Amino acid sequence: MLKDIFNKKRKYASIPSQEGKQEVPEGVMQKCPGCHKIYYRKELERNLNVCPHCGYHHQQNAFERIKSLVEEDSFEEWDKYMVSTNPLGFPEYEAKLEKDRQKSGLNEAVVTGKGMIGNNETAIAVMDARFRMGSMGSVVGEKIANAIEQARKEKLPFIIFTASGGARMQEGVLSLMQMTKTSVAIQRLHADGGLMISVMTHPTTGGVSASFASLGDFNFAEPGALIGFAGRRIIEQTIREKLPDDFQTAEFLLKHGQLDGVIHRHDLKNKLATILNIHKPGGENS
Amino acid sequence: MKQVLDFEKPVVELRGKIEELKRLTEDSEMDLSQEIETLEQRLENLEEDVYDRLTPWNRVQLARHPERPTTLDYIQAMFTDFIELHGDRLYGDDEAIVAGIAKYKGMPVTIVGHQRGKDTKENLRRNFGMPHPEGYRKALRMMKQADKFNRPIVCFIDTKGAYPGKAAEERGQSEAIARNLMEMAGLEVPVVCIVIGEGGSGGALALGVGDHIHMLENSTYSVISPEGAAALLWKDSNLAQHAAETMKITSYDLKKLGIIDTVITEIRGGAHRDIEAQAANIDKVLQKSLESLKKLGKDELLEARWKKYKQIGDYTDLPL
Ligand SMILES: [Zn+2]
Repeated sequence: MLKDIFNKKRKYASIPSQEGKQEVPEGVMQKCPGCHKIYYRKELERNLNVCPHCGYHHQQNAFERIKSLVEEDSFEEWDKYMVSTNPLGFPEYEAKLEKDRQKSGLNEAVVTGKGMIGNNETAIAVMDARFRMGSMGSVVGEKIANAIEQARKEKLPFIIFTASGGARMQEGVLSLMQMTKTSVAIQRLHADGGLMISVMTHPTTGGVSASFASLGDFNFAEPGALIGFAGRRIIEQTIREKLPDDFQTAEFLLKHGQLDGVIHRHDLKNKLATILNIHKPGGENS
Repeated sequence: MKQVLDFEKPVVELRGKIEELKRLTEDSEMDLSQEIETLEQRLENLEEDVYDRLTPWNRVQLARHPERPTTLDYIQAMFTDFIELHGDRLYGDDEAIVAGIAKYKGMPVTIVGHQRGKDTKENLRRNFGMPHPEGYRKALRMMKQADKFNRPIVCFIDTKGAYPGKAAEERGQSEAIARNLMEMAGLEVPVVCIVIGEGGSGGALALGVGDHIHMLENSTYSVISPEGAAALLWKDSNLAQHAAETMKITSYDLKKLGIIDTVITEIRGGAHRDIEAQAANIDKVLQKSLESLKKLGKDELLEARWKKYKQIGDYTDLPL
């Protein structure tokens, strides 16, 4: 239930969650990186975290994203308690995970489940860049693969919102292999005629961009989102040349034929609902 | 003369000394056979010490050895009737990947592999084995063709990674890699992947969705290079040797993590010391792989592939 993920502390009982205080984590005011204006966070939140002055898309966390798209009380979360281990015995990894659990109120960098978008029951995965920069470790890969597989079994459309710096370094090559795991799951979904929509949000880079984020029937992005395989600095060092300002932005990708469209957050719910409707069995009558 | 790596210098020096003594006995009446025998025994012990206890970093050095056999070397040693095929039909021909058809013990196969150069000139042409999107799209074109004609596919993995360049991003490096991962998952023919050198991140993975994955003993497979990991995690690329251990990138690590099927024994001192013998070691493993995979029906093959990748990873449930 939607309420669960927003309100009930009990569900995250084993971690001293700060969910209740989430309203003012960084103070009451917010400065916009787009137009440098300062305004109330409340004002921003009411506007789906889009700057009311310049249209800059601030990040939405997973809870905000789900709340903005899914009909109230219709969300059922999957694999909610799945958490990372420390398979490589990486120094300080557990402490970092614990810190991010407390900071974000999340158990990992992705929330998966199903809910109603308009009148379409839809499987959804939403990444959250506040947790280890949204990086993909075993849990992220497993939860996304499970969600895709569940969508396939229940014949639901699958929508993923990506926000990730790429691989989870502390899980090494296990992290890399999650690219394969999720891609194999998507192949099965597509082979069964399932619908997948990818919405890339800021940032979507590295192994996430080079796996499920790029594998939708429809690949969209939010305005200004950073999307790319290699990091800007590494590319500049390699080719010894300065890159254009718009390099690896959603608009840059659109121009180079890599996206179906760039969608303003205010239009997102409607556009998604329309696509879902067009693909609905018997959609011609609804 | 093989290029000598730092850790094997004592071995090479001792071997040189023995050679010198042998020459001396040939040219004179001196009998040094006792001394030579002693030294040869010492060499045997020293070689064991150095080569049978390689550190992860030593293996990285061997995986990067300039004379390490490449995809084309193994194609020549293990296959017949190889015909190289070029181009992705969309943009160009990326020579960082070679692909073609051949016979393996009489059986038609498709071969795809990363290709490094053996000298600077060839490396420039092959972009040091770091592909652009067109390389991955060429590879996929050949794999789809193999699927159509029911030929098994053999992939050789040997790259530092996909090329981090401006043009590569413009032409969709991410999409090209992602598409290969997904499409390889659906191939209805056996796919065997063999890591022969460096398995660098997504650029390696894009030829790496196989039913069986094997690794040469001294090859590596990693999400980031040891230098990159050290820079990222500890802001100091000099800690690469340490990162090579922490990141668990050797063939034995990957076997332990349940990712690969077989560690293919390497010639003592590295594959470059005897390409024919190394190819024979690979050959044994490849033959076994293909024999067992050919017995599976298409559905069984795809289901097994899904299960293989689904089980990779480690996680637990938060206690309530
Ligand atoms: Zn603004």
